[in-house]
Amino acid sequence: MLEIDDDDYATLVAHARDGYPNEACALLAGRDGSVERVYALPNAEASPSFYVVEPRAQLKAMTEMDDLGLDLVGIFHSHVATEAYPSRTDVELAAYPDAAYLILSLADQDGPVLRAFRIRDGQVSEEELRRRTATPAPAPREPVPGGLDGR
Amino acid sequence: MAVEVRIPTILRKHTGGEKAVTADGDTVRDLLGDLDRRYPGIAGSLLTGDGALHRFVNVYVNDEDVRFLGALDAKLSDGDVVAILPAVAGGS
Repeated sequence: MLEIDDDDYATLVAHARDGYPNEACALLAGRDGSVERVYALPNAEASPSFYVVEPRAQLKAMTEMDDLGLDLVGIFHSHVATEAYPSRTDVELAAYPDAAYLILSLADQDGPVLRAFRIRDGQVSEEELRRRTATPAPAPREPVPGGLDGR
Repeated sequence: MAVEVRIPTILRKHTGGEKAVTADGDTVRDLLGDLDRRYPGIAGSLLTGDGALHRFVNVYVNDEDVRFLGALDAKLSDGDVVAILPAVAGGS
């Protein structure tokens, strides 16, 4: 399971839209399956069907994570025209078995779809992705009639 | 030249789980050769069949990408820190 708050989710969607029509990529740092920081990084390939995180930016981000005591909990990229599922290339090049691979599909521009996967030894398994409200409002003590309880 | 080499998670199966190891070499090519003698098989993950650095492997000497330092011919000095990081890459 990976938890991501609304602000970080919004950052990923905005980064993917900025990069469109090329794929966008980012590294997600955090702890215990929770994203705490998003590194929106350049795609060195500037391609609609391929991404490589710019190597020096990758090293800089990973070094900073180490310094902050954070782990690489996720690797994000966008698919501009295909579904949010790892492609054959994604599986072949997956070199971080401890990170979740998050893919945002922009195939439907108005309804981006974000999903998360583990890719280990060539095997793909979907991972639960949980959205968390960034600054939770105090929970009401009593159910509010007509409110959105139970969400 | 004794150099510290930082090993990424995916290659630690070769180093008995060690995150950083010491190896010797005057160039990155020599260093990887020495690394492979100490940890057999590790170079196979880093180099192509032609002996070039694999496209999706990044090697840094003191935080500089070796592709800007002469690639495998990059010179090493005592006390350098070499980091190996798989590229973060994929496609659709």
